[in-house]
Amino acid sequence: MVTEAQARRALDTVIDPELDEPITDLGFVRSLEVSGAAVTVHLRLPTSFCSPNFAYLMASDAKDALSVLPGVGEVAVFLDDHHDSDLINRGLAADAGYRGTFGHEAEESLAELRATFRRKAHTAAMERVLTAMLRAGLPEDGLHDVVLGDLPPGPATAALLRRREVLGLSIERSAYALVDDDGNRYPREEVPLRLRFARSIRISIDGNAHFCRGLLRTRYPESAADQSPVKEKVS
Amino acid sequence: MYTKDGESYFIVDAHIALWDARPENQRNIHGKQFIDCFYDYHRNLSPESEVWPYEDYLYQGGARLMKDLFEDGYVDHAIFQPAHLGAFYERGFGQTEEAFALAQAHPDKLTYNHFWDPRFEQAGLDQLRRDAERFGLKGVKLYTAEWHGDSRGYKLDDSWSYKYLEAAQELGIRNIHVHKGPTIRPLDRDAFDVADIDKVATDFPDLNFVVEHCGLPRLEDFCWIATQEPNVHAGLAVAIPFIHTRPRYFAQIIGELLYWLDENRIQFSSDYALWTPRWLVERFVDFQIPEDMTEYAPLTTAQKKKILGLNAAAMYDIPVPAELQLPREEPQAVAVA
Repeated sequence: MVTEAQARRALDTVIDPELDEPITDLGFVRSLEVSGAAVTVHLRLPTSFCSPNFAYLMASDAKDALSVLPGVGEVAVFLDDHHDSDLINRGLAADAGYRGTFGHEAEESLAELRATFRRKAHTAAMERVLTAMLRAGLPEDGLHDVVLGDLPPGPATAALLRRREVLGLSIERSAYALVDDDGNRYPREEVPLRLRFARSIRISIDGNAHFCRGLLRTRYPESAADQSPVKEKVS
Repeated sequence: MYTKDGESYFIVDAHIALWDARPENQRNIHGKQFIDCFYDYHRNLSPESEVWPYEDYLYQGGARLMKDLFEDGYVDHAIFQPAHLGAFYERGFGQTEEAFALAQAHPDKLTYNHFWDPRFEQAGLDQLRRDAERFGLKGVKLYTAEWHGDSRGYKLDDSWSYKYLEAAQELGIRNIHVHKGPTIRPLDRDAFDVADIDKVATDFPDLNFVVEHCGLPRLEDFCWIATQEPNVHAGLAVAIPFIHTRPRYFAQIIGELLYWLDENRIQFSSDYALWTPRWLVERFVDFQIPEDMTEYAPLTTAQKKKILGLNAAAMYDIPVPAELQLPREEPQAVAVA
């Protein structure tokens, strides 16, 4: 047996890779039904034309997250109102995988796409924390030497640490904060450029989140009640 | 022309459409989903007073277009950037004959850009040569996520794409507008990826590549490429309406574009009929970077004049009355080499 609360917590772990937020906070979960050991979920997205690879990724992650719950039996995940709803829903029901679902259109796996967005999420989280320090008075050339232990406690720092863990980067207090995707420091003279580029990534992610949340509410006015405010982002 | 506080602006709307999405032209459910998606963009980002009824949104026709752009909208010149979408609409989405006839009737006000699809291979290439002559093409709009048979998209660096770009260069079609933004396919490499622009911009230095929607939602990838490729430009279609709902976000977009590109490579577009130009022009002229965003310099009047019209006018050789031009200046250096 599984409870609805357990199922919802499992869905909290499913992240929109592009927006770097849980699908539950975004309002993408249209319905969740638990009946005995069976769980049925319907997902909805901001447009019919949201990229099918991202749509599939979130839907299959939702099925995976629910399927591993203790006591859970049959898990059915449906994506509603998408131009590929039939294809994706058949693929999910058959556990056909990404390539099995999309056939010749999906020659590669989703792993690289997912990794790309994990890297972007880390860079954006890094920029949020460091820009907050700049606004608090840290000179820009001081960024090179900031270590994790220097970061102010709070949700933005916690978010950065979580994203570092996902990438396998150190979360020791002595680890440098402004680093590339592999955890390496940039040359000191590149700090302004790298911060600037990180900023454009953060703006992309934040802007997409505004847009997608707004479009979802336009398309499904009732979704407003399901969307939670952005929690940990500081900009 | 738009005048405010003693300053006059020459307005070029660099990305407009004359579409027909009425049910009788919809080929299938995707045709309905496509226009519904546009309508949601329109409803979500427009001020309440500018929201149209759904029926009006399906089709406007030439008379309404002329009024919305040139009578009410301050526009001096507009450029058609049609999306064909033949898999969704019986007679296509963008209305070629109607738009071209309108452009012929008003050559001082309208420029007709056409489209190609490299997946038609040699037959499409032959058609391109005929289209270039018939329409007098200076530019094209490429919708790389167009469906075609089993294919749901193409890249500019595909081998047939290169042949089309070579032909464009030979035919004097210098301005290649590429839709990169909220879209549908291709599946494998993500549909917003702008890496193909990087390759062709290097290999075709005589062509201008205008990335519509300035790479949103991948602003950073676009900026990184545009910084290094001087023939890559940003179209503000779909970005500029954020000026109403998310002015701080819009400030960040324009601030980043000015930092990574420069003020000569950004073009105003209403994306009519997604939005009408009047309120966008008014808001942009009034717009300023919020004071607490110290990472960006304030927008100057000269920058606004370039973005609203002078940049696109230069690209398309559109005559600008002397009193609406800026004093001659040296080109600004690219911010980051």
